[in-house]
Order: sequence, then C-alpha cells, then structure tokens
Amino acid sequence: MSTDVAVRVEDKLFYNRYQVDPGRAHIKVRPHTTPSPQLKALLKACPARCYELNDSGQVEITVDGCIECGTCRVIGEASGDIEWSYPRGGYGVLFKFG
Amino acid sequence: MIEERFDAIVVGAGMAGNAAALTMAQRGMKVLQLERGEYSGSKNVQGAILYADMLEKLIPDFREEAPLERHLVEQRFWMLDDKSHVGLHYKSDDFNEEKPNRYTIIRAQFDKWFSSKVKEAGAIVLCETTVTELAQDAYGKVIGVRTDRRDGEIHADVVVLAEGVNGLLGTRAGLRERPKPENVALAVKEMHFLPRETIEARFNLKGDEGAVIEAAGTISRGMTGMGFIYSNKECISLGIGCLVSDFQKTGETPYGLLENFKKHPSVAPLIEGSEVKEYSAHLIPEGGYNAIPELCGDGWVVVGDAAQLNNAIHREGSNLAMTSGRIAAEAIFQVKSRRDPMTKQNLALYKKMLEESFVIKDLKKYKDMPALLHNQSQNFFLTYPQLVSKAMQNFVRVDGTPKKEKESSTLRSFVSARSWTGLFGDAFRFARAWR
Repeated sequence: MSTDVAVRVEDKLFYNRYQVDPGRAHIKVRPHTTPSPQLKALLKACPARCYELNDSGQVEITVDGCIECGTCRVIGEASGDIEWSYPRGGYGVLFKFG
Repeated sequence: MIEERFDAIVVGAGMAGNAAALTMAQRGMKVLQLERGEYSGSKNVQGAILYADMLEKLIPDFREEAPLERHLVEQRFWMLDDKSHVGLHYKSDDFNEEKPNRYTIIRAQFDKWFSSKVKEAGAIVLCETTVTELAQDAYGKVIGVRTDRRDGEIHADVVVLAEGVNGLLGTRAGLRERPKPENVALAVKEMHFLPRETIEARFNLKGDEGAVIEAAGTISRGMTGMGFIYSNKECISLGIGCLVSDFQKTGETPYGLLENFKKHPSVAPLIEGSEVKEYSAHLIPEGGYNAIPELCGDGWVVVGDAAQLNNAIHREGSNLAMTSGRIAAEAIFQVKSRRDPMTKQNLALYKKMLEESFVIKDLKKYKDMPALLHNQSQNFFLTYPQLVSKAMQNFVRVDGTPKKEKESSTLRSFVSARSWTGLFGDAFRFARAWR
C-alpha cells in the first residue's frame, strides 16, 4: 500500500453536479513568480485538484471542479496567497447525497 | 433592500441552522433563514450518522416521516496495517428497539426534509443566497447581513451564525480567527451504490439494520486521521480524513489515501462491483475544547461547526450542531421574552446553557486529546497498528514455536519500537487525556 496509485480526480468529479458561474471565479491566486510553500501544498492537498502548475512554474486555479471544502483557504489565505469566497448563491457544486 | 425587519436571521441551513430556525419559529418568532445552496442540503456533507435523541428534542415523531437509511445495530472499530485489521465489534439486538438510537442518513435528502419542517413552523427560508458580510453599526454591534442579491442588506435583532466549519462571515467581521490547519481535518468521501440485498449480505444485516466501521491505522500513513464505512439502504458511504496540517506537511493527496483505503484487503470486498455516484469533500473541526471561539457578541451567536463544536473522539458533530442551534434559539427567545436587547451580556445565556449541556462537558473531557493525537500521530496511527497486527498474527499463527517464545518476541517488538519509557509514557499520556 505504500506505492501511490495513479488517481484520476477528474473521473471522480464527473460523478458530481455543478452549476458553473462563467467568468466569476470564487477563488483567486495572487499573482506570483515563484510559488510559496503554501501554494505548492495546494497542488497536493486540494481534493478536487483545482490547483495546477503552469508551464512557467506558477500555481494556477480552475474553480469549475471545486467542491467548496475550504482546505485551500485554511492553508493559503492567511499568507495572502489566495483570496477565498463561496460561489454566488445557487452556483457551484450541487450535492445529490452530500 | 428588504424593508422587513426580522427577529432573527439564521445564516446556513445545516443541522445547527435548521435546529435554530425551527426552534425560534416554533416559538412564534419572525425568522429569516438564508442558504447559499439551491435547497437546504445541497452544500452539506457528512458521513452520516444521525443521533435520534437530539432530533427528538426538536421533532419528537421524526421517525414517522424523516428520510432515514438504516438504524445501527453494529459498530466496528478497526485498527489496520497494510494487510490486516484488528477489530473490536459491538453488535446487539438491543438496538432493534422501537425507537432506535442511531441511524445512517443521506444529508442532502435529510436536510431537505428538515428544512420543510422549518418552513412549516413559519420561518422564511431563502435559498440560492450567499451572505457576503455581516452588517454592523458604528459600535460593532451586528444589525443584520448583506447578501449577493441585488436587494442587499437585511436587518434583524440577532444573527445566528450557522455558516459551517469555514466560518467565513465571522472571520471577515473579526469575530473569530479562521480555522488553523492543525485544528481541521479534510475528509473525502464516495457514495458506492449496490443492491440492498448485497449490502445486507456483506455486512450481515437483516432488513433495515445497519452497521458502521471506523478505521484507523496505516491507511493514514502516519498522519492523524480515520477512515469510515457506513451502510445505507442502497449505498455505502466510504471516506477518509486527516488533519489539514498533516496533508500540508507530508504532501499526501486526499484522493490517493481514499484509493488506497478502498484497495485494503479488508475493505475491497465490501464495495466490490459498486457504482460510485458522488465524490465529496468537507472539513471537520478537530481542535476540540481549546479551539472553541467566542460564542456570542452584540447581536450575534455562533452555533455548530462554525463554533468548532465537534467531538472528534466519539465522531459526534451533527448532534452537537443540532443541540447548540436549539439552545441558542431557546436563549434568544428568553432574552426576547424579557424584552431585553440582544447584547453580548444578555446572549451569554446561550453560552451558560451550552456549558451546562453535554456539548461543552464532553468537549472539556477530551480537551487534551487533539494535541496528543496530533503530536504522536506517527506512534498512534503507524507504529502501534503495525505492532498490534504483528502481535495478533503471532498469537493466532500455529507454527510449532513455543508460546513463551512467541510472547517474548511480541514484547521485544514493542520495546524495540517504542522503548519502555515510550510505552509507559504513551499509556500515561493517553489515560490522562482520556479521563
């Protein structure tokens, strides 16, 4: 069990229902040249893998698959690395079971 | 702007918010409840186990109509290493009682029903509305809320913050700090669907009986965390959670842990052939007594997960949420009945009543537990499970080795892993934190 399995998170998110709010990201990453340790931690800790490294080495976020847990806020808001809100009312993930 | 003024605004429609809104509406108060989801429950995530006693205090005959899954007749605790589990199982026919004590539920469905009771009691429930800010007067007294709707600010005598574990509004208004990474766990969960007969056969259940498994050990890879497997009627809720600070430190991924948990030889046969229909994640307050923030102030009270009211040791949260919501509502009603203003001093009645209830008493009992498990996570979640598994195997495997030699080899493995001082220290610290 110590070997990590390749997990396709996007397959997991495919089970879920979302009401995407185009052009209104509820989480924003502060512009940076080199990511802070907090931002780097988000690449792994986000359960929906919303955070990814772009080709020039900066952390970017795509909020479409966000399941609104708040983990990234707990890790990255205090340092100012991210700005965090909930989506507008009615938007975002819509749990069928929860 | 909504011109109407309310006796109380409740932010959030989870267990705590619904309990508060229901209780105040039942007493004839003019209540507005705001929820950001498309309906109450659509943003709420829990394992989930419902504790009947706390709901009975709100809706005595809930069993007749609430969407319940299975009443629990069996609780299993598993300590896992990579290939084995050492289990403590408790199953009793006593739990097949007229009014069962615990049920599994599916939150999105349960909360929708709970919300219908809130509406029946006369509260106005406004969904698809995110509260963005608390409205405060020049002295800092909370006088209402601002929402993302065009009509903006709504006023009330008191605001009940039942906004969930993240507690964003309270943080924004400077009422409390945001949760610290070492005080919240991130749990991920999947819903595995199977025919109900299959679930009943695999868990050895009759009819609507249910079983739950709580598992700890090498599945969390030395982090402070637990896995859970709950049987519903036609699906199994399976998940795992660890402290956010541990994820941050180790670089483990939550979905990686979940996949490994599902592949564990004791777990895989339970979900074999299932169809997954949802993947969710949620934070769980784990800081215990020492992480409870200020519970009230001028014009506001905070309840449920937002107040970090969760008993991590007993895996109880929704009942603490429901109880704190109810007690806050009762306190508010008392203050209102006396025609007193909703000041911090008067609302401190909520704090006093909560301290007299099981909620604060239980959290106080375990106040040193979170720190102990956090600081000793390698020992409690990795070393000991491995040692115990080895000891059990040594005990049951028959291979011609004299029993005395087996016993001394088990003892040696414990002492060499933790030393005598370590073993006694761990036992002492654990006993002290538990008492």
